Amino acid sequence: MESFLNLTIKVWHQKGPTEKGRFESYKVEHISTDSSFLEMMDILNEKLIKENKEPIAFDHDCREGICGMCSLYINGRPHGPDDDITTCQLYMRKFKDGETITVEPWRAAAFPVIKDLIVDRTAFDKIIAAGGYISVGTGGVPDGNNIAIPKDIAEQAMDSAACIGCGACVAACKNSSAMLFVSAKVSQLALLPQGKAESKRRAKNMVKKMEELGFGGCTNTRACEVECPKNISVSNIARLNREFLKSEFSE
Amino acid sequence: MSNINSKIPEGPLAQKWTYYKEHQKIVAPANKRKLDIIVVGTGLAGASAAASLGQMGFNVKSFCIQDSPRRAHSIAAQGGINAAKNYQNDGDSVYRLFIDTIKGGDYRSREANVYRLAEVSNNIIDQCVAQGVPFAREYGGVLANRSFGGVQVSRTFYARGQTGQQLLLGAYQAMMRQVHEGTVTLHTRSEIVDIVIIDGKARGVITRNIVTGKLERHFAHAVVLATGGYGNTFFLSTNAMGSNGSAIIRAYQKGAYFANPCFIQIHPTCIPVHGDFQSKLTLMSESLRNDGRIWVPKKKEDAEAIRAGKLKPTEIAEEDRDYYLERRYPAFGNLVPRDVASRAGKERCDAGYGVNTTGRAVFLDFKEAIERLGKKTITERYGNLFQMYQKIENDNPYETPMMIYPAIHYVMGGLWVDYELQTNIPGLYCCGEANFSDHGANRLGASALMQGLADGYFVLPYTIQNYLAGEIRTDRMSTDLPEFEEAEKNSQLRFEKLKNINGKRSVDSIHKELGNIMWEHVGMGRTKKGLEEGIKMIVALKKEFWSNVRIPGDMEGMNVELDKASRLADFLEMGELIARDALSRNESCGGHFREESQTADGEALRDDKNFAYVSCWKYQGENADPELNKEELNYENVKMVQRNYK
Ligand SMILES: Cc1cc2nc3c(=O)[nH]c(=O)nc-3n(C[C@H](O)[C@H](O)[C@H](O)COP(=O)(O)OP(=O)(O)OC[C@H]3O[C@@H](n4cnc5c(N)ncnc54)[C@H](O)[C@@H]3O)c2cc1C
Ligand code: SF4
Ligand code: FES
Repeated sequence: MESFLNLTIKVWHQKGPTEKGRFESYKVEHISTDSSFLEMMDILNEKLIKENKEPIAFDHDCREGICGMCSLYINGRPHGPDDDITTCQLYMRKFKDGETITVEPWRAAAFPVIKDLIVDRTAFDKIIAAGGYISVGTGGVPDGNNIAIPKDIAEQAMDSAACIGCGACVAACKNSSAMLFVSAKVSQLALLPQGKAESKRRAKNMVKKMEELGFGGCTNTRACEVECPKNISVSNIARLNREFLKSEFSE
Repeated sequence: MSNINSKIPEGPLAQKWTYYKEHQKIVAPANKRKLDIIVVGTGLAGASAAASLGQMGFNVKSFCIQDSPRRAHSIAAQGGINAAKNYQNDGDSVYRLFIDTIKGGDYRSREANVYRLAEVSNNIIDQCVAQGVPFAREYGGVLANRSFGGVQVSRTFYARGQTGQQLLLGAYQAMMRQVHEGTVTLHTRSEIVDIVIIDGKARGVITRNIVTGKLERHFAHAVVLATGGYGNTFFLSTNAMGSNGSAIIRAYQKGAYFANPCFIQIHPTCIPVHGDFQSKLTLMSESLRNDGRIWVPKKKEDAEAIRAGKLKPTEIAEEDRDYYLERRYPAFGNLVPRDVASRAGKERCDAGYGVNTTGRAVFLDFKEAIERLGKKTITERYGNLFQMYQKIENDNPYETPMMIYPAIHYVMGGLWVDYELQTNIPGLYCCGEANFSDHGANRLGASALMQGLADGYFVLPYTIQNYLAGEIRTDRMSTDLPEFEEAEKNSQLRFEKLKNINGKRSVDSIHKELGNIMWEHVGMGRTKKGLEEGIKMIVALKKEFWSNVRIPGDMEGMNVELDKASRLADFLEMGELIARDALSRNESCGGHFREESQTADGEALRDDKNFAYVSCWKYQGENADPELNKEELNYENVKMVQRNYK
């Protein structure tokens, strides 16, 4: 049943990448438990604009858990206190009346803050550019049914392909490693017959790029898997390691 | 009567595209490197175009407003993509896909464009498979299909409920490969605010860097707009928050025709509105209608009891349920096209049979499907949609029916383009949802992804060369030219003007008001009186906006409110244009329903004698009414008949 909450929102403010940030607290009243977390943020921003203050900047777009744009660290958890969801799918019914909610940006050296809660995740695009694809051009490809792909292989590839590139795995990891993200793409393409030819090279180039960009290494804490909104499994990392080893041996 | 040339090639329908490709001009490899193409947008249309053009050797500059090209709104498409593969051996063919699309569009699209779309649909599937898109498979390893509305074959390919995501990632990865190769340069968080025209040809754009707030100039030999739809004119829609109509409105203001702006699709199955705080609406994919059955209570007292929370839907006996789509349209049942399903749902709610506390919802029920197929199969097919529903509604759709209601979803209207996807401004092209081309007055499910990728992979990369072949002697131009100078200055003035209004109202509060006007007066049931009132209200709201909006923060650096205000200024223009077009089209067709024009049993009634044309609006300046031009639709292969899904 719908009920209403009065809350304190303690949120990170930072004017620009090189400025020093700070927390600021605001009160919001009469928030419906049926509203989403981002709608609560909209209400807070509306209030700030009324008071002639600058609203809090945060990233969001699809608001249905698929674009990977939203990226808040809420009460110490990437995407907040619910499982298998993104921030935009978090509902206020997960909070209690009177609670103080702490909201921070993703924190990782490879994701510098742009403003307030917005960070720069272009590093992920650079990792994909380094090899996260099958090298085929437009046109001149065989019929889609030429290669039979067993249903369970297609399903497994799909499980890995479900990654939305949000970066929660990096934010959750004490080493700020991007291994879960990288391994999801490597696995998807290594599982499929179309992607096998390049799989060693792909793994090597993507991992190399990841290291270059300042992400840390993986020490198997599994924090990433716990916070991943799309249930990307750490078994992908094991598969990546196999592909990576193969590439080392074939050097 | 019309001077509008759609450049349809000669010859019989099925040979037009082949004939075109054989006779168009092409650019030699050595010259491609010397030609710059700006592609605005990285959705299915933009990313596939940039990847293909880059791979051909052109020098491509790609722009998008999100932080990464992979987040374009196409990522959210759920249900699937059509192709005429006939893998199911159920009698499908290019011709059948063509006919279904023409009929689904209520005979308001161009025959030649639609035929080409059906023709290239098969190449798309092959392309995506080669890229590693994990389409659903059967146990034997072959590709699986499902059905969508408005057709009687099974031709929709899918990747769970995330088809758009997987197709977009395929196109994005192909584009990132070109970024790696150096043929495509990325400009993310970069918004086009003007189009630069030199000697009558599109030669570049002015962008606003969303991070720094700085205006920038970019030259190209041709400009491609693939900026998606303008459904957010209605504030609430299934589109992403950032989806906007600004780039195409700017093109319109520079002289490009805007075609059929009032053709807007209202999707029947979305999660209903909750309250004033609502920021967007969530789609529940049409694919759910494969297995879900739509109903409302037969008895008004049951509907009232449900609204009051005194009765549960599961407590209503089978014989007391009205499966109104199955009742009214026995041949297509729950799989009638979207416009038909939306109106039928609204009709039941208007008549007092709606559910949810608001009375503005109907049920979508999976009980029978779960009994027939088992929960596991249903989870495999729709698991992520069920999860999405559960998170929003706090209700378990495996146990109790979903509640759904129609919502703004897609726009068939957009920039006018000819067969080559070129607007009437030479060198300015438009692809994907942003153009008007292929869906007439109503789009069939799973056909937008098909069109976006057809445009980007297989049509534009050919047709643009026919133009660029004439540009090989045009050297790259300096962005210091007066035309760039002036365009940048005008944009600067526009942003300063917005910033300096210093009024009292937030951007969102005005946008919500626009949305209400649009939904009430320019929504599902349109009348002359309502539209006239709507136009007056929009004009008044425009004044309110330009005198009373408040944008805190600075011109420099990131300023989200300023970005939004600039887009809202354009939505206000868009809203007025939609309403004008709807007023001028005094017939019902597809998603455009004029209450004055309906059959005795409430179906849309077309008027082919007077309205078998594409309306092409030409901008006449800030204080003048736009001019209506018409592209006649000549049907040579199909006979226009009243649609019948009964
Ligand atoms: C929830 C949902 C589900 C859907 N499901 C399906 C489905 O199952 N099957 C189907 O066929 N269709 C579906 N559709 C429709 C389909 O997804 C869209 O029509 C299609 O993806 C549009 O693609 P696009 O490339 O034209 O534009 P978009 O994907 O919207 O991309 C627009 C691009 O333009 C950029 N842009 C916009 N304005 C500017 C500017 N001023 N400056 C710079 N860049 C700009 C954006 O950053 C973005 O990169 C669905 C739509 C929705 C909303
Ligand atoms: S692996 Fe999970 S947490 Fe990491 S980017 Fe992908 S979806 Fe986000
Ligand atoms: S806003 Fe798209 S995933 Fe949250």
